[in-house]
Amino acid sequence: MDEATIESADETRTPTRRRITVTGVLGDLLLTAGVITLLYVGWQLWIGDLIYGAQRNATGQELSEEWEQEYAAPAPSEAASDPVPSDAPSPEAPVAVEPVVLPEPADAEVFGIMHIPRFGADYQVPMAGGVSRPRTLDPIGIGHYPGTMMPGEVGNFAVAAHRTTYGKPFNRIAELHINDAIIVETADGWYAYRFRTLEYVTPDEVQVLLPVPQVEDAPPGSRYITLTSCSPMFAMTERIVAYGVFESFTPRAAGAPAALTDGVAA
Amino acid sequence: MYAALWHALPGPWWVRVLILVVLIVAVLYGLFVFGFPWISQLVNPQEVTVE
Repeated sequence: MDEATIESADETRTPTRRRITVTGVLGDLLLTAGVITLLYVGWQLWIGDLIYGAQRNATGQELSEEWEQEYAAPAPSEAASDPVPSDAPSPEAPVAVEPVVLPEPADAEVFGIMHIPRFGADYQVPMAGGVSRPRTLDPIGIGHYPGTMMPGEVGNFAVAAHRTTYGKPFNRIAELHINDAIIVETADGWYAYRFRTLEYVTPDEVQVLLPVPQVEDAPPGSRYITLTSCSPMFAMTERIVAYGVFESFTPRAAGAPAALTDGVAA
Repeated sequence: MYAALWHALPGPWWVRVLILVVLIVAVLYGLFVFGFPWISQLVNPQEVTVE
């Protein structure tokens, strides 16, 4: 009886002492590759965006608070009393305060934060100069097309961002409703735009970036914003373009505009 | 390979499980933060700009 017990114990232990075989290692490697591939898909579709998205919003929030503190420190009326005069005053909608027009930022230089209440109350994505993927769009968020206007300037302020992956700043661009607020916050204040329309174009249609989008040689008079991203999602056959018109500039002295919390409940 | 790793680990089974969990978390962190972002640039070209 004792003999038998010892033997069976030996038997159960032997398989665990198996030699490492080529097929065994190969099998393990293939299984590992499969698991990593699935993990990559999960990362690409959900986890990566959660990580990046949270980073974007956190960076935006930090920057916003930094500007607020910087502003509170020096003389309080500086931003309001010293606006850069715009050379062509807008003929249509009355602009209460002449917007401060920033100089064009250098490549990958952060100059603003975009707030779109439709995309969530915590949506605040950093904006930087240039639209290159490795320098601006992947690491920072939203990129400003060099050569297009700056926020509040007469003409077209054009930006681009990812619609999928890298925190997907423009993921819900197709869900914008007419009159949704698109707000650009800078150290000087808030530039509020109102969404007007969407357009789907081929990737070579640079006319969307013209001072008056899609109109050649038009005399600039109004202030527009143009957002471009990829369409369909995860593909690059077309571009989705969202246009908005300028509504108002709120200097930092006046405090955050009401448009920031527009339709957040909706 | 993994069987060999299991046997190479010291201690009772729960210590081995603990070590493995730490290892797996470390590997996942490396993949999510460094590995996958790098691969993504190579295999997933995306263009969002008009040019």
